[in-house]
Amino acid sequence: MNVVVLVKYVPNPNGVQELGPDHLVIRSGVEGALDPGDEFGLEAALQLTEAQGGEVTVLSMGPQEAIAAVQRGLAMGAQKGVLITDDALRGADTLVTARVLAAAIKRGEFDLVIAGVESTDGYTGTLPMTVAEFLGVPSVTFARKLDVQGQTVRIERQTETGHDVVEASLPALVTLTAGATEPRYPNLKGIMQAKSKPQEILSAADLGLSGDALAATQSVTAIESAPAKAAGEVFEAGDDAPARIADFLAEAKVI
Amino acid sequence: MTKIWVYADLSAGVLSPAALELLTLARSVGDEVEAVALGPGASGTAAALGEYGATTVYASDDALFADTLGEPAAHVLTDLIVEHDPQVILFSTSYDARDVAGHLQAKLGVTLMANASGFAGEDQASADIQGGQKIAHVQLDGESPRLVLVRPKSVVAEPNGGDAAAVEAIAVDVPDELKKVKIVERHEEAASGPRLEQAKVVVAGGRGLKESSNFALLDALAAAIGDTAVGASRAAVDSGWVPYSYQIGQTGKTVAPEVYIAVGISGAIQHLVGMKPAKRVVAINKDADAPIFQFADLGVVGDLFQIVPALTEEVAKRKG
Repeated sequence: MNVVVLVKYVPNPNGVQELGPDHLVIRSGVEGALDPGDEFGLEAALQLTEAQGGEVTVLSMGPQEAIAAVQRGLAMGAQKGVLITDDALRGADTLVTARVLAAAIKRGEFDLVIAGVESTDGYTGTLPMTVAEFLGVPSVTFARKLDVQGQTVRIERQTETGHDVVEASLPALVTLTAGATEPRYPNLKGIMQAKSKPQEILSAADLGLSGDALAATQSVTAIESAPAKAAGEVFEAGDDAPARIADFLAEAKVI
Repeated sequence: MTKIWVYADLSAGVLSPAALELLTLARSVGDEVEAVALGPGASGTAAALGEYGATTVYASDDALFADTLGEPAAHVLTDLIVEHDPQVILFSTSYDARDVAGHLQAKLGVTLMANASGFAGEDQASADIQGGQKIAHVQLDGESPRLVLVRPKSVVAEPNGGDAAAVEAIAVDVPDELKKVKIVERHEEAASGPRLEQAKVVVAGGRGLKESSNFALLDALAAAIGDTAVGASRAAVDSGWVPYSYQIGQTGKTVAPEVYIAVGISGAIQHLVGMKPAKRVVAINKDADAPIFQFADLGVVGDLFQIVPALTEEVAKRKG
């Protein structure tokens, strides 16, 4: 089974993404990492191929630094890495990004594409489905559990009030929620081996994409500060802390 | 003449309250507001949708839409869009709506913006970014329609007293290859209290809780207060302590309780957005520098393992 895992390199994933004068997130020359939300899918792909055979390809689009996210996937155990990097893709929206990722996936044979439900910096939450549509395969989304038996993919889809079991036949695209698996840490051996694994770096032209196909369909025109909230009362807890909180709750008429 | 459509989610035959927020927002942008509802119960939404401003609802009660994920809906929408040419389509951020919008974007080759909170025109939307500290104004270009996913509770739903929407039945002609995804089982998980989005009070736990079993402290506090739901930060969910359905934040639910009690939550940007609509915020955290205190009306710097049980006892005592 050939599995492609979509990953994103996110600047400062646990903090604030700084914006440049063009209102775009600054992605070059800042400390970044593999999006933590992508590790669950990587782990799922590794478990599937370890149990059933096959290969995991880690695919990303981003600045040159994004190779670090690909390498992290390789260090965890993926066999191949692909990064699409191109100045023409700076500021790409979800339409362009989905088109590029789909074109890259189509270069090889695949049975399953796995992605996180949304990125930690852009959090759009629709890109994987757009990729699936460009690939012409079904998407089975928001999975908290993934299982593949033969040609059938079966997931537990998180719902508002519980979960649904959803099935589709391969090839398909799956999105995994946080906590769906327990991602492994790359060990030293994995990190060393990653260096000799195939890493392909491609441009948009390598995928046969140019011109209008790369034109973003939206742009940020201005950023303003939101109205600031009045400062609250902060105190060191003493014996009266529970009573003070209870007073606050009573004032708010919830007790 | 600006025509705005609202994609009205149905869940188990019931109209999503988010659809009414979307209609309220749509009225502020468009001269003509219409809705699309797909799945069992769709044609029964005409009165509610009309009351909030939709003049027409394109509806199909076909069970296909409830028994699979977004592909059939995206297919049907594509045909409808070609026929009626709306300039903007508003979606909620529900999983089902995201499936539909994602597939639809590729079918139409149009722009899609998520997390929108307002409009300044049919091609100008805004979004809260960086945990709601900043607002980004976005120009939407390219072909119509613009697909816009609106953050829950961005506006308060207000009826405009309109008559029931005219129901236009849609012919459903979906190719078999778009029906391959099947929902084969449905499981309801017994919730011990009210839903996060509806509770009067939300108690949410983060990394500071240290392990799964400590969420029992929050359950006890919630039970003592009453009409209170328990939620969590992404850190707690990623650690596997509670399921994803607990998650409040950018990736997760948006809640608007009277009081939000953040316990052992540092206040990462991604969490703040999900609790932003809360009327009042109480934060309990041992780290005085935690960003959450900047957003708290009442901040308590101290050990949650002492404070929370004592608070539970105090609340129980006062309620007698």
